Amino acid sequence: MAPPAQSQRSPSPSQPSGKSEVSDLKLQLRQLAGSRAPGVDDSKRELFKKVISYMTIGIDVSSLFGEMVMCSATSDIVLKKMCYLYVGNYAKVNPDLALLTINFLQRDCRDEDPMIRGLALRSLCSLRVANLVEYLVGPLGSGLKDSNSYVRMVAVMGVLKLYHISASTCIDADFPSILKHLMLHDSDTQVVANCLSALQEIWSAEASTSEEASREREALISKPFIYYLLNRIKEFCEWAQCLVLELVTKYVPSDSSEIFDIMNLLEDRLQHANGAVVLATIRVFLQLTLSMTDVHQQVYERIKAPLLTLVSSGSPEQSYAVLSHLHLLVMRAPYVFSSDYKHFYCQYNEPSYVKRLKLEMLTAVANESNTYEIVTELCEYAANVDIPIARESIRAVGKIALQQYDVNAIVDRLLQFLEMEKDYVTAEALVLVKDLLRKYPQWSHDCIAVVGNISSKNVQEPKAKAALIWMLGEYSQDMQDAPYVLESLVENWDEEHSAEVRLHLLTAMMKCFFKRPPETQSALGAALAAGIADFHQDVHDRALFYYRILRYNVSVAERVVNPPKQAVSVFADTQSSEIKDRIFDEFNSLSVLYQKPSYMFTDKEHRGPLEFADELGNLSIGEAANNVVPTQMVEENDKDLLLTTSEKEETKGSRNNGSAYSVPYDGSSTSVFASQTQIESAVSNPTLAGHSPQASFAIDDLLGLGIPAAPAVLSPPQLKLNTKAALDPSTFQQKWRQLPVALSQEISVSPQGVAALTAPQALLRHMQSHSIHCIASGGQSPNFKFFFFAQKFEESSNYLVECVINTSSAKAQVKIKADDQNTSQDFSTLFESALSKFGTS
Amino acid sequence: MISQFFVLSQRGDNIVFRDYRGEVAKGSAEIFFRKVKFWKEDGQEEAPPVFNVDGVNYFHVKVVGLLFVATTRVNVSPSLVLELLQRIARVIKDYLGVLSEDSLRKNFVLVYELLDEVIDFGYVQTTSTEVLKSYVFNEPIVVDAARLQPLGPAAIFMQGTKRMPGTAVTKSVVANEPGGRKREEVFVDIIEKISVTFSSSGYILTSEIDGTIQMKSYLSGNPEIRLALNEDLSIGTGGGTVYDYRSSSGSGAVILDDCNFHESVRLDSFDMDRTLSLVPPDGEFPVMNYRMTQEFKPPFRINCLIEEAGQLKAEVIIKVRAEFPSNITANTIAVQMPLPKYTTRASFELEPGAVGQRTDFKEANKKLEWGLKKIVGGSEHTLRAKLTFSQESHANLTKEAGPVSMTFTIPMYNVSRLQVKYLQIAKKSSSYNPYRWVRYVTQANSYVARI
Repeated sequence: MAPPAQSQRSPSPSQPSGKSEVSDLKLQLRQLAGSRAPGVDDSKRELFKKVISYMTIGIDVSSLFGEMVMCSATSDIVLKKMCYLYVGNYAKVNPDLALLTINFLQRDCRDEDPMIRGLALRSLCSLRVANLVEYLVGPLGSGLKDSNSYVRMVAVMGVLKLYHISASTCIDADFPSILKHLMLHDSDTQVVANCLSALQEIWSAEASTSEEASREREALISKPFIYYLLNRIKEFCEWAQCLVLELVTKYVPSDSSEIFDIMNLLEDRLQHANGAVVLATIRVFLQLTLSMTDVHQQVYERIKAPLLTLVSSGSPEQSYAVLSHLHLLVMRAPYVFSSDYKHFYCQYNEPSYVKRLKLEMLTAVANESNTYEIVTELCEYAANVDIPIARESIRAVGKIALQQYDVNAIVDRLLQFLEMEKDYVTAEALVLVKDLLRKYPQWSHDCIAVVGNISSKNVQEPKAKAALIWMLGEYSQDMQDAPYVLESLVENWDEEHSAEVRLHLLTAMMKCFFKRPPETQSALGAALAAGIADFHQDVHDRALFYYRILRYNVSVAERVVNPPKQAVSVFADTQSSEIKDRIFDEFNSLSVLYQKPSYMFTDKEHRGPLEFADELGNLSIGEAANNVVPTQMVEENDKDLLLTTSEKEETKGSRNNGSAYSVPYDGSSTSVFASQTQIESAVSNPTLAGHSPQASFAIDDLLGLGIPAAPAVLSPPQLKLNTKAALDPSTFQQKWRQLPVALSQEISVSPQGVAALTAPQALLRHMQSHSIHCIASGGQSPNFKFFFFAQKFEESSNYLVECVINTSSAKAQVKIKADDQNTSQDFSTLFESALSKFGTS
Repeated sequence: MISQFFVLSQRGDNIVFRDYRGEVAKGSAEIFFRKVKFWKEDGQEEAPPVFNVDGVNYFHVKVVGLLFVATTRVNVSPSLVLELLQRIARVIKDYLGVLSEDSLRKNFVLVYELLDEVIDFGYVQTTSTEVLKSYVFNEPIVVDAARLQPLGPAAIFMQGTKRMPGTAVTKSVVANEPGGRKREEVFVDIIEKISVTFSSSGYILTSEIDGTIQMKSYLSGNPEIRLALNEDLSIGTGGGTVYDYRSSSGSGAVILDDCNFHESVRLDSFDMDRTLSLVPPDGEFPVMNYRMTQEFKPPFRINCLIEEAGQLKAEVIIKVRAEFPSNITANTIAVQMPLPKYTTRASFELEPGAVGQRTDFKEANKKLEWGLKKIVGGSEHTLRAKLTFSQESHANLTKEAGPVSMTFTIPMYNVSRLQVKYLQIAKKSSSYNPYRWVRYVTQANSYVARI
């Protein structure tokens, strides 16, 4: 397969015949090893190439290890590279042999050519042999201090490799803190980026056991460090920019002007040709504005055009990845995209996975003004050569019909499908007409007329057959020959393979019997007999149940089987909104493509370096923070937005592109350009920056932000709580899923409260003294998360609370759910007052 | 962070395989290939570019029939990995001149060398050919370009147009020419892919242009380049991206819906005089991507008629009219049309004196195919086909057949009227006068007429 063509082999007179290729190579290598003849490097190159080509196609050439090492005593860099590649591949399986290479690799690490130093260091660290780690520490240490940035770049990744071979060696050598120093001081941005990648991995892995590591990890998303990266973002290569942007997503700005600063700074990243950079930027924008409804919507408007451009440029694979994200946004806010529906039309040559996304988007954006055109387009696809897509197009028409008020025209289209006489079209359309009738019973006359003309013999698919039978039963009084059609189906009972169809047939026979007893009685008897004799348990049970209930009392049976039906107003969504929120939180990841949150497809240890431990026992499902309440703060901001146009110009001018997000140009903007010394002092001392809340205020003050004023202590309202309330976790979890959010708000936490909140337990005890009990808690500074519950005094009415406290912004996001919605406001006041007293008593 | 990278041939053979983190089992290439090959039992559906098997995520892009694959266990950004795979393909092409199974196999040591510098322990280091040049030492073994299927849209310049040096697009960025000296030249290609859907009455339902200004520089010493576009070019339709086919035609202005730029592009004077300035890195890269839904004159009009002609028989007439100037010639035109499922035979009748045309009835998927080598601007071509059915058709024939789709390439023509007005290279000396090639091409992306 690979290039080792026979003809290319250098003719060697001493070549013994009959030996295998590998031992040939061994001999030839041995001859060349000691040679100093001119041109020997070229012959070595040829041989090395052959060895590596065998390696690629899976032939074991590990027996050449010794010869390869001997031959690599050369200054030819191409040869060295090939040898390193070979060694890296076989060292792990031959640790003894790997020891042979240590010597010459260590020597190369001191070579005067920086390329060779770097390459040797990389190979040394790639050996992945545990008992050789002691040899790595020295070269890595000097590599990190090397004057050449290429060597430092390699050394940083080498530290990470060492960590994966032997974490303790890496930590003991104090490499993480050296990396941290490099990250903050190195002039080469790729070195900085590699440090960031390495430290994220190392500290995330250490965080579970070491408090220091978890503090360090928190410091990565502290304000000074984030700003340090953001101010240099254009110096990073496009891939490192993605890394930085991913980190920024985790950062929680303290106020809205900070949010606008960051967005204005990143605005021009939306024009980048690399889709990964654009999506990472969009994620930052979406996350930052979650609590600012108006701006959030502006963001949607702003990102539309760049996303559409990415979808149509680039390879089909890339455009699929972007389209999946667009799909997610369309599903969340269809109204924003309702005028862009033509972009979601399918092209005949697109793969099915793209068409499927587009069909769903078309369905979602359909509204009063565009439905006619969308449905017309979808009807074109119904005749598509790609049958699965044709089916889904018909289903899409049905879904649109179910979500619209004016279904007049759509019903006609659906009925036309029934007349198209393509069996799969008929089948899909039948299922749809059935759903439509369940929602709009008033259309029964028009539909029944057409459905009645369909011969049940032309319908084979179980789902469609079941739908037809359901309609025959439900509307048997309007369909002249319903009893006879059903009867003929009963006669062929044995040929019906689908249990679903047989179940429907039983029920339809019953319904028909109550409406037209004389015509149905005998067929019903036959159906029940066949049903009771059926080998399928459910069919058997249902038939027996019908038989007994009929014998017991016919009118009771009618009330059970054929009660008057209420029209279905909304069909259940297949995916819960909590899952959808979770996916949205994981924007710009595989979750969006798979349409599943990451916990459904990854092992815990692989969720990514920045997946913070926010799982609170088993309560973690419904916690996405999307319930956005426009707070007063935001409104004030909007006013500013209108007032300070002149200042807006100023901010605009300094940036490449005028942006839609504007902000009063005040002192806080200067903090983006905070001096290096402040940053260093804050970052190099994470204890100050992240851990101790008081200290973090000191820094905030340095940056000119001021300490938020303590909120006034509120007087407790007239709601009494049960001091000994009890609720078990599973009930809590169940209730949390079922109940709607009654109240969602942001509460300021007093500086004293923030100071007292060094660990979750402190707050638990405090809240308990106010009869508010904690069921789960977790998190690390600055983010804590709690689930509380409380019960009304002498009543079993429950209040459930999710409370996320960020100590660096001194804000608590509170979501309250209540059995009794009317008192949730009272409870909220009570909760707020209890929280405000925290730290003062 | 990616765990493995590999390139598979169409038959599933490993051409290169690099394991960066040792987290994914070695058999991943086989697992991947089996999954891609047998995505759905009926073999009708293509595997998506990203899927998950037993906790391992597989990403792949197809480039000239090769599969470029990455695996990871981490929930990474899919755009990042797919973009990276595409970039790796581009870097390799920059180095080898031609990307093909053959050239990869001949140069696999060089490819390994590149891969080691592009990714370290799963993290991307650089994908810039420019930067890589200082780390990579193997010399490419150049394969004969003429025999190989070329890569990328710029490759179409190899056929037909005499003014272009055919080998240029397949020249390695790093390898020296046989003479030892490199020719100083720079290529700027304006490539537009157009999508048009005509209704059965010939009315344009949707139309879009997806354009790229692609550059490939062989200039030494990285001089600065200034590219001037149409002065009346405007971006964004003001009130958002609402489709409006009636607006602004006639005024002659070129209005782009949106565009994006390569990292190296500086837009300092773009707002003022529509000039892009950049120091082009080595290798091929898109300077600017743009998208346009402004009305344009479609290069071809398609008329199609299908009607019954007696029992179990029908006739199809397809007319294609070229609506561009007669000094322009379109090439490699293919017209396709799905026929009713119960079609058993089709006999074709071409216009008298037709040359370079071929017709075919694909029995397996009941498709009519009509290929034309070239179509000169202003001309019209007709195809008649007599169909035989195996059963009586009940419904409307137009619901059973169509739509007609068309692919073509039109060199030296672009529908958007976007132009590179001039290409200025910062002068090193008065005698420095490198070759500058500005080329236009229009290709069909999805060109469909409903019947």
